[in-house]
Formats: sequence, structure tokens, C-alpha cells
Amino acid sequence: MDKTIVKAGNLVYRRTPVMNDNVMHYCPGCGHGTVHRLIAEVIEEMDIQSETIGIAPVGCSVLIYNYLEIDMQEAAHGRAPALATAAKRLMPEKYVFTYQGDGDLAAIGTAETIHAANRGEDISVFFINNGIYGMTGGQMAPTTLPGMVSSTSPYGRDIKMMGNPLKITELVARLPGAYFVTRQAVHTPSSVRKAKKAIRRAFENQTHKKGLSLVEIVSNCNSGWKMTPVEANKWMVDNMFPFYPPGDIKLNGKLVNKEKE
Amino acid sequence: MKGNEAIAEAAIRAGADAYFGYPITPQSEVLEYLMAEKPHERTGMVVLQAESEIAAINMVYGGAACGRKVFTSSSSPGISLKQEGLSYIAGAELPCLVVNVVRGGPGLGTIQPAQSDYFQATRGGGHGDYRVIVLAPYSVQEMADFVGMGFDLAFKYRNPAMILTDGALGQMMEKVLLKEQQPRMTEYPEWATTGKGTDREKNVITSLDLDSAGQEKFNRKIQDKYRQMKEEEVRFEVTECEDAEYLIVAYGTSARICQKSVQLARDKGIKAGLFRPVTLFPFPEKPLREMAEKVKGVLSVEMSAGQMVEDVLLAVNGRIKVGHYGRMGGILPTADEIVEALENKFAKK
Amino acid sequence: MTEEIIIAGFGGQGILSMGKILAYSGIMQEQEVSWMPSYGPEMRGGTANVTVIISDEPISSPIINKFDSAILLNQQSVDKFEKSVKPGGMLFYDGNGISRHPEREDISVYRIDAAEEASKMESSRIFNMIILGGFLKIKPLVKFDNVVKGLAESLPGRHHSLIPLNEKAIRRGMEIVKAVHEV
Repeated sequence: MDKTIVKAGNLVYRRTPVMNDNVMHYCPGCGHGTVHRLIAEVIEEMDIQSETIGIAPVGCSVLIYNYLEIDMQEAAHGRAPALATAAKRLMPEKYVFTYQGDGDLAAIGTAETIHAANRGEDISVFFINNGIYGMTGGQMAPTTLPGMVSSTSPYGRDIKMMGNPLKITELVARLPGAYFVTRQAVHTPSSVRKAKKAIRRAFENQTHKKGLSLVEIVSNCNSGWKMTPVEANKWMVDNMFPFYPPGDIKLNGKLVNKEKE
Repeated sequence: MKGNEAIAEAAIRAGADAYFGYPITPQSEVLEYLMAEKPHERTGMVVLQAESEIAAINMVYGGAACGRKVFTSSSSPGISLKQEGLSYIAGAELPCLVVNVVRGGPGLGTIQPAQSDYFQATRGGGHGDYRVIVLAPYSVQEMADFVGMGFDLAFKYRNPAMILTDGALGQMMEKVLLKEQQPRMTEYPEWATTGKGTDREKNVITSLDLDSAGQEKFNRKIQDKYRQMKEEEVRFEVTECEDAEYLIVAYGTSARICQKSVQLARDKGIKAGLFRPVTLFPFPEKPLREMAEKVKGVLSVEMSAGQMVEDVLLAVNGRIKVGHYGRMGGILPTADEIVEALENKFAKK
Repeated sequence: MTEEIIIAGFGGQGILSMGKILAYSGIMQEQEVSWMPSYGPEMRGGTANVTVIISDEPISSPIINKFDSAILLNQQSVDKFEKSVKPGGMLFYDGNGISRHPEREDISVYRIDAAEEASKMESSRIFNMIILGGFLKIKPLVKFDNVVKGLAESLPGRHHSLIPLNEKAIRRGMEIVKAVHEV
């Protein structure tokens, strides 16, 4: 592109240099790309590119390190908070975050999630919850809703047989080591703006050394849910939000509403 | 000093940056000693009791990815849990040190000493085509000395190194001379994830390559490293082998007992010698082959059903008779038993 | 000189610490030592034994099954290890709670009634030091000064005030040890 076409005064949007030009492998309509961009923008705005270490999960976002221009470590499935614990303790002056999906954070990595939060590790955890295992082909996740269809719950999640969906974010919020816990989404321009503020707050908290920050992003998996992106977002609002309501759960170390389940 | 304590103290003195562990008998003294010593005050070293062996090895992974000298210790069941992490660490080409104070298995087994994790240690242990450098101390002194050596080899090859010992050496006390305190690193390898400065490309630590051609290329590269280890890092020790007619091959605690067996055998007029592999991977294949050509028989002695004996057989390659004598389940062989086994196998004819 | 010793009894009798003091005493006089416990999952009340070797030369195997001296402090230990004493070796035991006494004719047997003595001295915790005193009287492997140094080395600092009491117990053990049978 001829850069001279865009005059400084007319520039309304540009790609943050913390992201690169690699073509993303995500399905159209997926929330991952948006969340990647928000994280990259916050890193740019806080001017912490050289001080940030990210930990990638196993799942759809395993290749996040192909898109972000920062130092990253690729963890084993569920273990990102353990890697982040070591990185942060060895380099307490750096910013360390994990990026994890629901299978990674809330099933196989439950112990690492709970214990890193309970120890009050000064890290930021970004948790993308789409209620399904996307990468392996749409199997049931710990966050799959009751009655929700997946490839391993083809007749809908039967609570008696398969157990309940896990609200791990509420669980983490109740731990003394968690300082900031919030649930956000990225399906509308206003929700994107709110999510970005939450992500920035999670990074900024690392300078206070008061404990772990967790930002859950309720997202869709239109491929796994077998819907169009528009249908998927509508389904998310109608079905996911009642069970996983967006909003702050814990602010500055205090639960926002103790009665909230 | 106990063997487990010697490992902990030697690690502080080697300038280790961090230890992540989880209690399990018979190695809990490593974590206990480190916590009591307050290494964060002595050298700034990080010590953390993790929520599981799995978390501990993944903390090691994260710390190693930052270019730091990190280590963990456990005993057999816990080491099994660490295998996934070890495979990732080998696949991401990171240095680290793992101590396995072996107890008898399978399963929960016993808390008494054994050598039944030889296969797991020397064949990689986790999934994929990788190997771990395996050092086998036979005294409390070597428990201490091999810590620094393990870190050096791990960094030289960007590969995990393991000290394979057992409950006897971990719990035993002997005199030990410790090295002076080494300073911790202040500069880190160029591949470490320490934050992407403007002066370099980003560093990504990963073991993933979805392109098969790329993955095969990577596998060839690490196989070259293992070949180089076989060329350059083989360590072993021989005792009374000059005129030996029979060779006993043993490592670690078994080798200690076999030293006595060699004396007892020689008192009986049987010319026995001891060949002690110090590195189990790379196994001292060539020196053992050369040595075996001069004797009438080789007896492999292990606290297992016969694992190292397979490496002995590969080394000897059918040239002479090889026997195995082992005890299992946490029972240590006695020096007399071993001589008897040697007589039964070879000398009584 | 190489002396191979086994000390065995109940957990909680101070078996391991007695062995440790003996080993440290050896180090104090520049000898080679090894201390090899046999451990069980119990902290107290189970069986405990420790092999201590003190030698002028490097120790080949710290794991042995024949001993120059055996210090056996309960019935199970006498039953198990009496036969492991080398011919001409020595067996030390406390008569308290023993119904089947050592019988071998080819070894020297000494009795130290330390449990009784400890209760007279109103401290069960010095039981093991009375035994150590009795053993060292017959087998002066390490000098008394070095035992005191070994004690200081193996006891945590907070227990150093107990060293005089332990010294007294060692001396008492030296007085009360008696020969049952000597070869």
C-alpha cells in the first residue's frame, strides 16, 4: 500500500506493530482474532513489548505466537499457569500472561489454574470460553451448557450422565490470591471496548503485586456449534450469557456481589 | 550429609536459579533442605513447592524457557508424572536438571531403593524420539558433584539431564566435599524468552511443528545431538579390571555393593573386576565392548528384573556370555549373593 | 581398621541419631564414615535400623549384611540380627523387654540396662546415649572428646543446652555395661 495515501489526520485505524501480517488460521467470526488484537494493542499502548512474555495453550490458540510480536512459550495442555509462575518468579519485573481456552484452563489444567490463583501469582490470565473443544473438532468441554450438542454429547449434554458445566471464573474469584476477576465478550463494538479495558487493567495489576487477574471472554465457536457467525453470536447472547453473565466478579481483591452465584 | 541434602546444597552452590518440587518419599529432603536454607537470601534462588509433580515440571519448563538454571527432583511415581513435561522440554530444546531418587515399582510400589526406572530414564521416558542425559552417582560425593555437571551438560546440549539415583544413596550419609559458591548467571542465552527487545526477532519456545517435513528435520537435528553425546560424554569407571577374567557391570548403589563382591570373589580366587557406567545415556558401549573381549563372562547386577543388561548385551553383541543378577521391590542384593551368582553363572565348571 | 556396626530397635528410641553421632564422631577424627538407614513409612513406633561404618580407608559398600558389632534394642532386632554378627564380633543389648536373650557362643555379648537407668535419671531421651556410652567403653572406636564434638555437630543449635546431660549419660553407660559372655 502506498502510505502517502493515508494522511496523518485521516488515520482512523492501523494494525498495531505488536501484531504481524501472518494470515490467521481462525475461522471467520471467531473471537480469538479480536482478543489477540486487544492484547497486542494494550501491550503497544502500555509500551511493554520488550517486557512481556506470553504463554500459549494447547487448543485453537496454540499458534498465537505466530501472530503476536513478543517472546512466547508454548505450554503443554493446561499447564500455562505453571510456566507463567516460573517466568514471573524468575523475572518479577516483567509482564507475564497466559492465554487459554476452556478445555485447557477448566478441565485438564484446573489444578494449575486454581493453585496459581490461590498463590496469588502476579500474572494475567486470559480465558476464552466458547463451551467447546474447537481444535480437536467440537467435543464437549467443561463449560458446555446443559443440553448443548457437541461431538461427544451428540444428544445434548445430559447433566446426570456427563456432569455440570463448570463456572471456574466464579470459583477463582473466591480465592484470596485472585485480585481482579471479570467476564467479558467481544461480539459488539461496545463489548470489545469494555473487554480491552479489562485486559489493560489485568496487565496494569501486575505492577501492584497484589495477585492474579483473570479475564474470561465468552466467545463463540461457530464451526463447532455448526452455525453461521451471526447465528452463533445470537445463540451466545441467548444461551451462554444467562449462564455466564458478563460483568466484573472481583475488583481490587473484593467480590463485587457476594450473592452472585 | 545425606545424599538428598548434598544434591540440594550443591545446587545452591552451582548457582541454580530455581527449584520446583513436590514431596514424595524418599526424596523429600531435597525440598525440605532448600526451604530450610532460605536460598532466596543466600543467592536469590527461587524455591517453590508446586501443587503436583506435573505443575513442578511445567514450572521447570517455564523457567528453562527464560534461560535459567532450573531443576526438580522426585521419585519414581512422581517422575512418571513428569514425563509429559520432559518430552516437551526435550522437544523445545531446553536445558534442565531432573533428579530421580528411584523407589521400587510398579505403581505405588515400595518406598525402598530400586533401579527399576533404567528403561524409562535411558530411553527418553515420555513420548517421541528423544533422549535425556543420564548420570548415575554411586556416592554422596558424586550426588553433589553431578549437579554442576548435569547443569553444564544440559546447557551444552540444550537438553534435559537426569541424575538417576535411588533411596539408598538419597538417605545415606557420607562425608562430602562441596564446591565453593558459584555466582548465578547474569546473562542469558540468546534463545531465552526474556522480553523481545527492538534489537532482535521475537523468541518462541515451542515443541510444535505441524509441518511433517519440518518435524522430521527437527528430529534429525536432535538425533545428531545424541550422536555427539555418544562421542563426547561417555563416562565410566573400572576397578580391578587389569587381570580380570570376569566382569561385573553395575551402576549406582549396586556398583557400591559390587565393589565388595569383587574383593570377596578375589579372596576366593575368582579374578573379578568391576565396570561402572557413570553415564547411562550415553551408555559406555565401546569401552565395555573392548573390555569384554578380554574376559570369559560378564555379569550385569541391578536392583531390577534386568534392564541395563539389555545395553550390556547390545555392547557385547554376542561375543561372550552375559548374565544378569538382580533383586527387586526395594531389596538390596548382598555382596555374597552376587559372588554366588557369579560362581553359578560362570566360574563353577 | 574398618568397623561395621548395626544399631536396631524401635523407631523413637533414638537409633538413627545414635548412629549419626557415631558417624560424626568418626569424621571429627578424620576417618571415613557412612550412615545408611533402613527406613519405614512410620515416624514413631515402627522398626528402625542403621548401619554405620567407620574406617581408615574409603568405604567400598555402605550396604552390608555381616557386622563387627550389633547394638540391638528390642526383641525383634535380637531375633533378626544376632545371626548377622561376624564370628568373634560383639553384640550389645538392653535386657528390658527381652524374653529370649542372645545365645551365640562364638561372639561376645554385653548387656546395658539403659532403659532402667534412663528412668532412674528421669529422662527417657538419653536412653540412646547411655547405650552409646556402654558400647564405647567396650569398643573405644572414637575418643570421648570427638563424641562430644560429634554431638554438637549432629544436634540442632536449639538442643545444644542438652549436651552436658548427654555427656553425663554416656559416662553412666560406660559404668553400667556388663559382660554376659566374652570370647
